[in-house]
Amino acid sequence: MDAFLFQVLAGLATGGIYASLALALVMIYQATHLVNFAQGEMAMFTTYIAWSLINAGMPYWPAFLLTVGFAFVLGVLIERIIIRPVEDAPVLAVVVVFIALLVILNSTAGWIYTYTIKSFPSPFPKEPLFGIRYMSAHEIGAICVTLVVLSLLYAFFRFTPLGLAMRAAAQNAQSSRLVGIRVGWMLALGWGLAAAVGAVAGMMVAPIVYLDPNMMGGILLYAFAAALLGGIDSPMGAVIGGFAVGVLENVLGAFVIGNELKLTVALVLIIGVLLVRPSGIFGKVHVTRV
Amino acid sequence: MALLEVKRLHASYGHTRVLHGIDFAMDEGSITALLGANGAGKTTTLRAVCGMVRTEGELRFGGESIAKRRTEDIARLGIAHVPDGRGTFLNLSTEENLRLGAYTRRDRKAVEADLERMYGYFPRLKERRRQQAGTLSGGEQQMLAVSRALMLAPRLMLLDEPSFGLAPLLVRELFLILRRINELERVSLLLVEQNAAMALDLADHAYLMETGRVVLAGKSSELKSNDAVRRSYLGY
Repeated sequence: MDAFLFQVLAGLATGGIYASLALALVMIYQATHLVNFAQGEMAMFTTYIAWSLINAGMPYWPAFLLTVGFAFVLGVLIERIIIRPVEDAPVLAVVVVFIALLVILNSTAGWIYTYTIKSFPSPFPKEPLFGIRYMSAHEIGAICVTLVVLSLLYAFFRFTPLGLAMRAAAQNAQSSRLVGIRVGWMLALGWGLAAAVGAVAGMMVAPIVYLDPNMMGGILLYAFAAALLGGIDSPMGAVIGGFAVGVLENVLGAFVIGNELKLTVALVLIIGVLLVRPSGIFGKVHVTRV
Repeated sequence: MALLEVKRLHASYGHTRVLHGIDFAMDEGSITALLGANGAGKTTTLRAVCGMVRTEGELRFGGESIAKRRTEDIARLGIAHVPDGRGTFLNLSTEENLRLGAYTRRDRKAVEADLERMYGYFPRLKERRRQQAGTLSGGEQQMLAVSRALMLAPRLMLLDEPSFGLAPLLVRELFLILRRINELERVSLLLVEQNAAMALDLADHAYLMETGRVVLAGKSSELKSNDAVRRSYLGY
């Protein structure tokens, strides 16, 4: 029982990271109706930036904030410079651009930082927090950071005029322009936010999986499974899906199929959801009157 | 000086020309109607004013050229558009739809007051303020579209068939509200309407369009008594 509980809690910790990345995927999906395959590599690249800053002697949290800011700018720039020109291109062309972005970021990171695995510091203490022996301090900390990020995003989209305008721009560009919303900038802002959320996920997962240019490959797959499970157009679903996938992956990996086949869980989930319920658990089947 | 001045306006969708050099003008505080059969270019004229189609020719609003400007910048000048098809944000709530109308405004208190004013005009919207707008009936969405445009606090309002999908009683009510807005707040209205009789009753001036050209222009009273207009559009 103890071992089981241990796996569930550890699953929640990684689940929070999947949830963040899944949310980033959903944010881009809502605006463009496409899955950004480069989301994981963007997170990886910004985590390297954090690593550089920390190695240059900057304390953890300032480096953390600076990295989030850098990720935001990077996201905005990628949208403005790379995605904007293919806005009206056929779906497959955009997908190719996403994959190109993935490869470029991956090899640029390898070129600058080499493919040697690096350790990445955790901002949380080594000894267990609050005497909780089931989870490491980093796991508890990662969950807290994830929850803070998610609540901030929720509040932003739900309660601020800018958040509302971004939601509006994502679903009806024409009407948004008619009320004076600069739709292009809203999309760029969406990319910026998604990249910033991804950066947080990267920095939280790096102490667990270590830092290397391919670190996000598997994680993006879990995030994708999480987004699909929750419903690719539902931010709330992505978050719940993320935690669910984290727990499922860990428990199944520990007790049923073994660690080597863990990634299969994500693939089976993806196929299962697409076969049984393509809209996911929380994905809305939108009601429209004609 | 005219509030809106359109000269030799051409507009096209891809390679297809839809407007062939139309001219019209309207004064601040006036109501102008565009009449004509389907395919005459009325909706395209409204879209052209908002920069939603490719145009050539002169478009001036308050003396300032707005040709080649972006739609969102034109909206920020104070031109609100009730578009063809209503343009509802289907997945947002009724109230969020209304608040989006006021997106460019910074006078928060006045926005809250305007929100209540809209609920006063259309109590149905208040009942459904938390409801997803996509679940509203066609008529309710039409009210929402008009209210959303008014939330911009516009100087000029473009209305594309505001009576579409509304019950006759509601149409009359809507037209009363439009007149009131025009009289009390001096909002100018440019109206495209299938219901020519009601449009001519509301408007001071009217333009009759046929296949992308203005074929007749004048005061509403003159057009009402024009034999050709009466036979073709008023039906008596």
